[in-house]
Amino acid sequence: MKSVVKQEIQGLNGDEAVALAVKQCDVDVVAAYPITPQTIIVEKFSEYVANGEVETEYICTESEHSAMAACLAASATGARTFTASASAGLALMHEMLFVTSGCRAPVVMAIANRALSAPLNIHGDHSDAMAERDSGWIQIYCENAQEVYDSTIQAFRIAEHLDIQLPVMVGLDGFTLSHTLENVKTLSDGDVRRFVGTRQFPVVLTHEGKTVPYKLAPESPMTMGPIALPNYYFEFKRQQEEAMRNALAVIPQVHDEYAEMSGRSYGDGLLEQYALEDAEVAIVCLGSTAGTVKTVVDELRAEGVKAGLLRIRTYRPFPAEALVKALSSAKAVAVMERSMSFGGRGGAVFPEVRHAFYDAATRPFIVNYIHGLGGRDTNQTHIRRVYEDLQKIIRSRRVDDLVRFIGLRE
Amino acid sequence: MSEISEGKFTAKDIAEKPELFLSGHRACAGCAPATVLRLIMKATRGPTIVTEATGCMEVASTIYPYTSWAAPWLHTAFETAGSNASGIEAALKILRKKGRIKNEQVDVVAFAGDGGTYDIGIQALSGAVERGHDFLFVLYDNEAYMNTGIQRSGGTPYGASTTTSQAGKAVPGKLEQKKPIADIMVAHDMPYVATASPYYWKDLIMKARKGIEVNGPAFLHVFAPCPRGWRSEPSKSIELSRLAVETCVFPLWEAINGEYQLSTPSKVMALAPQKKKPVKEYLQAQGRFRHLFTPQNEKMIDQIQAHTDEKWQRLLKRCGLMPPKTAA
Repeated sequence: MKSVVKQEIQGLNGDEAVALAVKQCDVDVVAAYPITPQTIIVEKFSEYVANGEVETEYICTESEHSAMAACLAASATGARTFTASASAGLALMHEMLFVTSGCRAPVVMAIANRALSAPLNIHGDHSDAMAERDSGWIQIYCENAQEVYDSTIQAFRIAEHLDIQLPVMVGLDGFTLSHTLENVKTLSDGDVRRFVGTRQFPVVLTHEGKTVPYKLAPESPMTMGPIALPNYYFEFKRQQEEAMRNALAVIPQVHDEYAEMSGRSYGDGLLEQYALEDAEVAIVCLGSTAGTVKTVVDELRAEGVKAGLLRIRTYRPFPAEALVKALSSAKAVAVMERSMSFGGRGGAVFPEVRHAFYDAATRPFIVNYIHGLGGRDTNQTHIRRVYEDLQKIIRSRRVDDLVRFIGLRE
Repeated sequence: MSEISEGKFTAKDIAEKPELFLSGHRACAGCAPATVLRLIMKATRGPTIVTEATGCMEVASTIYPYTSWAAPWLHTAFETAGSNASGIEAALKILRKKGRIKNEQVDVVAFAGDGGTYDIGIQALSGAVERGHDFLFVLYDNEAYMNTGIQRSGGTPYGASTTTSQAGKAVPGKLEQKKPIADIMVAHDMPYVATASPYYWKDLIMKARKGIEVNGPAFLHVFAPCPRGWRSEPSKSIELSRLAVETCVFPLWEAINGEYQLSTPSKVMALAPQKKKPVKEYLQAQGRFRHLFTPQNEKMIDQIQAHTDEKWQRLLKRCGLMPPKTAA
């Protein structure tokens, strides 16, 4: 695919890529609290503010909880709003994440994915964002700094889409992406501005009988965030689910429109397939691990092994049907994930992938690999072993351990 | 600070100004916080956005699909009145700058109860004030978590029985003193802090308006009896609001740029100490202090009197007034 606009190659790490994207998206309010490995985002943005390069109110809140509350309130007042966090910071926001999606505030947040304490660990894994799986946020996980840049821009369009009006989380693996310098193709400010446009508002009926944009405005008083008892609460939640369903259609639309301009695509925006058409052994993973898996897939293909990869880019909403279809040729699938659901069966993604296959005509063997917790490296040897395991499973038609651990002292 | 013209707040003016906090809400009979909110919304100078912490007034005024608010209003959580106000103010500032909103001036008022201010909300409040956002924070202090069922808060006074500081055989109610929240706010070096009581409604409205008009953050601590939680007569809430001032349990003052000055109702007590009533009169009207009026706990009333006097003396000094020669 060719780019139809002029682009500039810049050396950026993932955090800088986020900051640049936010700068170009004409964000009105940024409220944030620093936490490793997200810090470069807020520092870089502060530099833009200090140099007068952005027209943004930048609130240095005293906590992540207040950062999310301020973003939500600013968004409710009509501002395009952004924040960034990670790990403990995201956990501290937990309460407000639900309130933000429940208020239908299209806040965009970058998460430099990091392990949760204890023991304290500042390195990459997905425990933080996975713990917020059910918070009503759209979740996108990126493979490299380029995708981080592109996804942050797309996130505003997705969040503010009139059929969605939900907050969006863009995940970049701590240090692996947040702090690693890459060549990133960047768009001009003008092209980004044209792509994201100005914020649109759904029209709602107020208690005074007026039809007005959904935001706090003195000319059209509106009560936002009320108490809803058992007679109404449920309908609010049902509507959030409806918006998530809509996102399954809108995310690919926004992705494709962006791809046309930039020449860059990530599957269909929901799932990225790599050598999957005839794959017999397949890995399903999220985030930067996919880069390593792709290298191994190339090697195995050269050796005649029918190996493939399915990267889940959009984890919420979960594209279950498309996932089953994409893996239709696979005989054995390994779900690799960087988080645990203690006392459950492996991580959060594994049961979801297996569940998606419950009604499928043919079901592959599906096993789970927990890897890379607290920044533990997952290398090509590890990935190769996973594919070997899958081949063994196909040969023996037997699964000994449903949940396995990679690169671990045992 | 701009001068507030008293003429703007005659009873007639107040009556004629359209209500922004409407009747029909579900507050209990005798709820002083409801009166406080109504009065404060009468003090607004123009377009105003309100944000409110989780609590009695939020719950009582916005049961979906009904609302008592004729002003734009946002609630998000218990501890977020300060951070919500920050976000709203920042959004208004930048949207006005970018020409995306038309109003010249939109004021921001945040309401929170004692839980949302003294305790779970203090961090967000302190942060918002430190950052200097232009908003008025109103604490309606009913001295316990009334919405969840009368549990003690940092604002519950010494000796009061609540459902988590119960007066029993071994423990005679709350053993800790009320946190000096307004002084804590003054220590933030903020431009305007005041205390108010709904009995002195004009003083309350004037202070709310001052808080709105001042550039930067303002904090208004309003005494707000709760008959359910205080085990007092619903018809006595406003009377208790007066007694609290007359006993100096809740003196009325302002601190403008850190300079304390007594407000008229309390100044009366300072100039004529004989008018200062004993705290007993205030305590005996409330069931939450009933257990103090027993032989084994009586000394606690003396302690409350002594503590009230000591705090009053300290306030007089802060206001540059000579303490009376004999303690009341």
